[in-house]
Amino acid sequence: MTWSETILQTLKDNDVRLVTYVPDNVLTPLLRGVTADNYFMAVGATREDEALGIAAGAWMGGIKGCVMMQTSGFAVAPNTLASLIVPFQIPAIMIISERGTLGEFNSGQALVARTMRPVLDSVAVTHHTLTDEKTLRFMVDKSIKQAVSTQAPVALILSPLLTGGNPVAEAKLKG
Amino acid sequence: MSGCPAFAGHDKLYRDMPAMMAGLAERSDTVQGRAVNQSAPVTVEKASARVLNRAALTRRLVEILKHDEAVVAGIGNTNFDLWAAGHRKQNFYMLGSMGLACPIALGVALAQPKRGVIALEGDGSILMALGCLTTIANVRPRNLTIVIMDNGLYQITGKQTTATHGVSDIVAIARGAGLEASWIADETHFDVLIDRSFEHGGPVLYAARIDDEPGVGKTVRDPALIRQSFMKGLGTSRGGDLDR
Repeated sequence: MTWSETILQTLKDNDVRLVTYVPDNVLTPLLRGVTADNYFMAVGATREDEALGIAAGAWMGGIKGCVMMQTSGFAVAPNTLASLIVPFQIPAIMIISERGTLGEFNSGQALVARTMRPVLDSVAVTHHTLTDEKTLRFMVDKSIKQAVSTQAPVALILSPLLTGGNPVAEAKLKG
Repeated sequence: MSGCPAFAGHDKLYRDMPAMMAGLAERSDTVQGRAVNQSAPVTVEKASARVLNRAALTRRLVEILKHDEAVVAGIGNTNFDLWAAGHRKQNFYMLGSMGLACPIALGVALAQPKRGVIALEGDGSILMALGCLTTIANVRPRNLTIVIMDNGLYQITGKQTTATHGVSDIVAIARGAGLEASWIADETHFDVLIDRSFEHGGPVLYAARIDDEPGVGKTVRDPALIRQSFMKGLGTSRGGDLDR
């Protein structure tokens, strides 16, 4: 199984049926898998706060949701985390492709990426960085289970060590 | 959206799309036991909309609801007036995530396709989140109705004017996003529109011109309690014996 197949299977194993997202190159195999599979409800949102809001409503309506975004998009979301997801105890599963590090070409990505973990820490959202296929299933599975049991969100950060990074960045750096 | 099981099993309450698109004016019967007023115009432009009162209109909405419909109210006055209309367990009151009433309502609508879901939002709030109208128009949740209370003001922060005080028209924006949308002519027209949205299916957006009266209620500001109460109302609480 590829890393993206492992993640999608683990979402299924945990009844995570709704995936809301704002796209990113690195997320492409995940999003392709989600939209091709009738198990999932895939909703493309226009902003990351909107994607979180949809997942929050779905959770209260009885469906577990995962929100996929990239690091720059995460920077749109802090107010939603601090005023909706955390205080209302919504176990949103965030899957964030880590841009802006380990071979980024876009300086706009690089600086904002440095705000992500401090923001997650400051609003007390658990986060794990996924670097390795061997521990991938365990970390995703246990994180979802803990989020749901404790009614707390979790951020799973897809490191370039796992995904190989952004293929566009790869091409630009070579070029 | 293709491949989405949530759209496969809508309740008979929400009729198929061709019926909805065929135009609402031809329909003449009773909806949920209520007589539909055929003479009311189906869609109305802003110039023909009377200025209404948000608290009164919200009370009227709550009175119409007969099937445990979920109501998601945005920050500030929309949720103060929903609270003042009398708490129902199917009400959700947002606290700080300005602009997210419609996305939250969309999530509820997807999770519970047989339940009617209404989003109540102010003009300042929806202007902050116009993109969600395009999302909702494309996902097409049949059970979602959006009501915008538009007084052209950021009323709660000191009555600064919004873009709708100027040249921008929220119904025209919604139509551009791909939603069926109308201004609300008056209270009777509001009743007809809400009934019709349940009968024919959404998603639809209705906008009311409202006055600048402040919100009348004081919502209990306890997020965990609000969520828990809402989940009880939707039948999704995990409280077990704690919910008794």
